[in-house]
Amino acid sequence: MSANPSAWYHLPIIPGLEDKARILFFHVPTAWLSTVGFIASMVYGIRYLRKRDPEDDIKSASAAGVGFLFCILATVTGAIWAKFSWGTYWNWDPRQTSIFVLLLIYGAYFALRSAIDVEEKRATLSAAYAIIAAVVMPFFMFVMPRILASLHPQPVLNVQGKTEMNATMLVLLISSFAGFTGLASWMWNLEVRIQRIVMNSLSGLKGETRV
Amino acid sequence: MEMIQEPLLDIRLSGTGLSKVFNRRSIFRDITFQLSAGQTLLITGSNGAGKSTLLKVIAGILTPSSGTVSIMDADIPQTVYRAIGFVSPYLNLYDEFSPRENLFFAMSARSRQVAPDAVDRILDRVGLGRFKDVPSRVFSSGMKQRLKYAFSLIHEPPILLLDEPTSNLDEEGKGFVRDLMARQVAKGILIVATNEQTDVSRYDHSINLDREG
Amino acid sequence: MIGTFLNPVLAVLRKDLQSELRTRYAMSALIMFIVSTISIIVFAIGGGTSRSDVLAGMLWVVIFFSSMSGLSRTFVSEEERGTAMTLQLLVPPSVVLFGKLLFNVLLVIGMNILAVALYSFLMTGFTVTSPGLFSLTLILGSGGLAASSTIIAAIIAKANTKGPLFPVLALPILLPLLVVVINMTRLSMEGGDISESVGEFQFLIAYIIVIITASNLLFEYIWRD
Repeated sequence: MSANPSAWYHLPIIPGLEDKARILFFHVPTAWLSTVGFIASMVYGIRYLRKRDPEDDIKSASAAGVGFLFCILATVTGAIWAKFSWGTYWNWDPRQTSIFVLLLIYGAYFALRSAIDVEEKRATLSAAYAIIAAVVMPFFMFVMPRILASLHPQPVLNVQGKTEMNATMLVLLISSFAGFTGLASWMWNLEVRIQRIVMNSLSGLKGETRV
Repeated sequence: MEMIQEPLLDIRLSGTGLSKVFNRRSIFRDITFQLSAGQTLLITGSNGAGKSTLLKVIAGILTPSSGTVSIMDADIPQTVYRAIGFVSPYLNLYDEFSPRENLFFAMSARSRQVAPDAVDRILDRVGLGRFKDVPSRVFSSGMKQRLKYAFSLIHEPPILLLDEPTSNLDEEGKGFVRDLMARQVAKGILIVATNEQTDVSRYDHSINLDREG
Repeated sequence: MIGTFLNPVLAVLRKDLQSELRTRYAMSALIMFIVSTISIIVFAIGGGTSRSDVLAGMLWVVIFFSSMSGLSRTFVSEEERGTAMTLQLLVPPSVVLFGKLLFNVLLVIGMNILAVALYSFLMTGFTVTSPGLFSLTLILGSGGLAASSTIIAAIIAKANTKGPLFPVLALPILLPLLVVVINMTRLSMEGGDISESVGEFQFLIAYIIVIITASNLLFEYIWRD
């Protein structure tokens, strides 16, 4: 393989990373989407608190579910990357610590939900927790780089906006983003529709308000 | 006995289109009423029909799924915390505190000055005169019910809500309740929710949650 | 008027204090917890280390878990004994929040004084070179700890399994605070200067303000059924 590949299906090489680079196309989008899921969960949580529409709670919880799944994927792919790049699966550098904290938040969110039977209460309290966690996130993002040393590679798109990445890689990364985002929103949409059906069918049994 | 005519307070309480959904089950729907001073409302229904829930919504401690409750008082600006007295089986006062301590806490929480003898007087009135400084944890259920009345009346609320007013009370207690209900109607609004057989005609308005729920 | 807000808040605080002094639930739990945890650490590593990062970290581990054992009581007891309705009839939600926040602040201050005293006494390697930096860190750290613990306690009090849920929910929220205060405690052991940590202090103050603001906005949704 050469630095500038001859055919479109050849993966260009990042010096030093070579074949290990492939996991990048899985890791980066999943990490990004796990954050998006969290933010979406918070946004729908705020909407629920304002309008008390059970639909918003379904959307919030489903976003958290998809986000949680992608967070686990991001953590695992990140650990694999770390093993092959720096020798150990876990280094507690800022990025790995951040994804771990996100994992803790998701875990806490679902632990809270499973501890409440009354639906309106469950929706309210989960929304409240999602909002508090989101509000605290910037503090965490700010504090991490200052305290811990970073082993994470320099961002490939540097501050001047010039891409250091080979054009093919960029295309590949963007399509990977698009693909995973599509997957995530499809999964979210599916989960929302499932939960809506569950809610309506149970309502039907008891003969009450439909969503 | 000469009845002292207390002036009617200018207070109005209304509920519009109140409904409550709980775990997707509808407890009651579209409850509407309007009350002014001197009027009474009776809420009836079988166990579990939602009487206590409706009272909690009116008292402002439970948010309705839809509809609004409003209190209008032209005389004195009163927040809901001063306007309402609520006696309920679900109400629990602090059992590590004596009746006196519970009442002093209630008044200071409402930012109301209260003369110490006012507290004593109301405790005498409800029949807890001998137990003013005893921690209420040792009280019988009847005594606890009397303490709830003291708690709900100490701030002289224009609106009184009673959920099962005579529960746990002996004949003397029931007499006391009838008396205080009459006094309340004489100056303010009274709302009663009960299972017991009551003469509906004695109330200005009534809501039966078995029919309208 | 501030007065009409402050008086009910103080009434709630006074009520919680009186109740606590009479029943001593939280206090006993906290004292025993601090003593036990520090004892375990002493048995485990005792004088075996003078590394500032380990000693600083362990101190805040003790403080964190002690907080978890005592700071939820103020809300959980109201729910468990059914007295929440009493408060709901007496005062608006924000009064409840600030009254109980102040209660937790007092509890945390008492707890931290005990923890630090015991820790200094028993851990031979623990020496603070910059007491000013250390004290300021402790004060701000306590404030942040109390603020976050209070709103999380309000949330878990309404759930079914309150006890184990408290640290699970509180840790992610407290992590930024803990990371910073542990670092600053370490610096105070190594002789750092207050002037070097101005950024960190601003961080802690901002954290406290943000948590309290968010708590005030969210509390009435959490508190009312």
